[in-house]
Amino acid sequence: MNTATAPAGASPRGDAHSHAAGLSEHPPRGHAHAQPSHEESKRIVVAYGFWLFLISDIVLFSAFFATYAVLSGNTAGGPAGRDLFDLRMVAIETACLLTSSLFCGLAGIGAQLRSSRLFHAAMALTFVLGAAFLAIELHEFAGMVAQGAGPTRSAFLSAFFALIGCHGLHVFAGLLWLLTMMAQVLAKGWRADIQRRVLCFNLFWHTLDIIWVGLFSLVYLVGVSA
Amino acid sequence: MWGKLSWNAIPLHEPLPLVSAAVVLVVMLALMVWVVARGHLPYLWHEWITSVDHKRIGVMYIVLAMVMLLRGFSDALLMRAQQAVAMNAPGFLPPEHFNQIFSAHGTLMILFVAMPFVIGLMNFVVPLQLGARDVAFPTLNSVGFWLTASGALLINISLVVGEFARTGWLPYPPLSELRYSPGVGVDYYLWALQISGVGTLLAGVNLVTTVLKVRAPGMSYLRMPMFCWTSLAANLLVIAAFPILTATLAMLLLDRYLGFHFFTNDGGGNMMMFMNLIWAWGHPEVYIVILPAFGIYSEIAATFSGKPLFGYRSMVVATMAICIISFMVWLHHFFTMGAGPGVNTAFGIASMVIAVPTGVKLFNWLFTMYGGRVRFDTPMLWTLGFMVTFAIGGMTGVLHAVPPADFVLHNSLFLVAHFHNVLIGGVLFGAFAGYAYWFPKAFGFRLHEGLGKAAFWFWIIGFYVAFMPLYGLGLMGMTRRMQHYDVPQWQPWLQVAALGALLIAIGIALQVAQLVWSVRHREALRDRTGDPWNGRSLEWSVPSPPPSFNFAVLPEVHELDAYWALKQQAIARGSLPPQTDCVDIHMPRNSPVGFICAFFASVIGFALIWHIWWLALAGLACAYFTFVVFAWRDEHEAPVAAATVARIDEANRSARRDALAHLRPIA
Repeated sequence: MNTATAPAGASPRGDAHSHAAGLSEHPPRGHAHAQPSHEESKRIVVAYGFWLFLISDIVLFSAFFATYAVLSGNTAGGPAGRDLFDLRMVAIETACLLTSSLFCGLAGIGAQLRSSRLFHAAMALTFVLGAAFLAIELHEFAGMVAQGAGPTRSAFLSAFFALIGCHGLHVFAGLLWLLTMMAQVLAKGWRADIQRRVLCFNLFWHTLDIIWVGLFSLVYLVGVSA
Repeated sequence: MWGKLSWNAIPLHEPLPLVSAAVVLVVMLALMVWVVARGHLPYLWHEWITSVDHKRIGVMYIVLAMVMLLRGFSDALLMRAQQAVAMNAPGFLPPEHFNQIFSAHGTLMILFVAMPFVIGLMNFVVPLQLGARDVAFPTLNSVGFWLTASGALLINISLVVGEFARTGWLPYPPLSELRYSPGVGVDYYLWALQISGVGTLLAGVNLVTTVLKVRAPGMSYLRMPMFCWTSLAANLLVIAAFPILTATLAMLLLDRYLGFHFFTNDGGGNMMMFMNLIWAWGHPEVYIVILPAFGIYSEIAATFSGKPLFGYRSMVVATMAICIISFMVWLHHFFTMGAGPGVNTAFGIASMVIAVPTGVKLFNWLFTMYGGRVRFDTPMLWTLGFMVTFAIGGMTGVLHAVPPADFVLHNSLFLVAHFHNVLIGGVLFGAFAGYAYWFPKAFGFRLHEGLGKAAFWFWIIGFYVAFMPLYGLGLMGMTRRMQHYDVPQWQPWLQVAALGALLIAIGIALQVAQLVWSVRHREALRDRTGDPWNGRSLEWSVPSPPPSFNFAVLPEVHELDAYWALKQQAIARGSLPPQTDCVDIHMPRNSPVGFICAFFASVIGFALIWHIWWLALAGLACAYFTFVVFAWRDEHEAPVAAATVARIDEANRSARRDALAHLRPIA
């Protein structure tokens, strides 16, 4: 849905020197030079808009982070993080997700080179690792619920399940998107709009990575040491 | 199979909502029958419902806002009538119904009147002012609008099926938790806001990208009209604030649906978390609706004074300062939480500081008028009414920023008077000003001036009669949201307030009459120049209504007030600038994806409210499928032939040539 068209011929000028030109009110320099092509300007606009969406997504996570920070001590007599977290499993989980980003990046290179083989192989590996990540997370969740430490046990666990679950939902949506992109490249080939979607998917997947680094450090590492 | 839904959900024992809902249903059915019978359906479908044209979408946002304004205002009339008679008496509204009405009134007025009105105006105006052909993501724009409409639909369904929240416009826990609000009312509120909130976020991303990335050649930041700046600031706030709303409501939903303990009394929950989170969205939200209004006043003050905006750069700085400081004041909504003197002082000072840039703006508008040849058309009247009214509302706001004063005034009618003072006198007057100002641009004919002026006078006098007594009542100790009371001294003031509401009702009736009269006599009110107010920015350089592609040739911008400069040059030269060759223009194709997705979003919301899980899952699957079908389409754009563009351009130029003869250079 981020691929709706940008106005034809409108010139995107957000680069550093047009900012400077704008603020000092000199005649803008950007447009005297060669204009970027229609497709190139679309790529810039789409990626820019998607960055803005990702920023809003990070704000969403920050609300859950803040809530977790406030509620992490409110265990209501129930188990705390150090009683529940299994760092070994979380380390494997983290390795899966970070490695999947490597392959996601390779898929992006495959798309740039228009190499369907590299793209599909790398996307498939991304999917496998992402799915493994989700499976481990669900396994962890199931284990906690089984020992009576589900989200209804305490405010701490509510905040924990919501924060980690929100990330997990994002990964799930990402996997769905990933499969759709693979199918689309198979069906439609390397159209410009599909290239843009692959770019956005890459941005999305790496953002989930960054958020996970925050989760891993602030929830698991701090939780175990607290 | 149908979850909690049964025939008992229809409130057969409550005549008032049932009758009003029946009337609405009959009117809607009659409208649909008329549309189908007269053969308007294909037109409506191809030209409006599936349109991805920012101007059409903007108009639809505003229509939605106006319809919801009628609904929200009838709630207001009911409340004023109830309080006028409920002295030592039950009145005519039972408490559970009264509580739903004040909750629905606030929710509708902020989220489904103020928001769609300003988003609609931004959608319509910003690309035209920037010299762009459309917003950055036209189809996404359509999705955003229809999701907003979907939220509005859900709230109105609650009138007939089930009930609405009784918790106030912000559902404070623990009252809004399942234990104290077991019905579906809060769920209606939550899902309606979640769905429309996504729509608003999409609109925000879209408009920020548009302002920052899609501008005409030469349109540097400091050449953008003021309205574009305030739109940018408002939409940056949307991107930063609406995710917080989504997260907060999601937490309350988890509490209610899955037994989580975010805000509950037990299990270690912390209900003050909710107040903090909701106001971390809620305070930026009030600036999201007021900043575009400030932009509208800036455009109008400059146009109707025949002068450039005074202090343009200070206005830009003030706008961006408000944009940032608006995130540092949220705690003033609950000084009484008892966060301690240090915290309260910090937020109190921040709340006073944010009044400074607003004051800068007010003086800038005054100096814009100073020495100008001011024309008192309807848009300017709303602007002047705003300046006086908003100054009063701003000052009572600064009173609240002082924590000790706030402890006394908290949740009193003084507070209610204050925020109506700024929301009506600021946002709504701004929306009406923008409506009167840009209506000729959108439809090619003016609104009837006399009726517009009459509506203004009834509105502003009605406003003062309705809300000044509430300031007094607040100081006399009356708290908000009272279904009945037993203080005889209050009643006369409440009766005066009810009279004020009636005056406003006359104002609204005049606005409806103005619209109907103007549409019926549109040939007499036709504006062929495309520039009825002698405007300054680029939207007045295109025909009214503008063609789908806005500009036959993208304008070259060399200074602020680009169109004004162009006109002055043309006057000096005695001719228009030479014609440029037109080429084929590729515009995005229409798409039903927004409408269909919003349909499924409504289904999902309704299913979740009534715990019909299979239907919710089916709706999700269908919404996903819709997107896949959209992603699979091969043709994204349809060309507009160069000959067509040239024909429209020539008609526009000939209208400008005629107009040129009447324009005089301004020394």
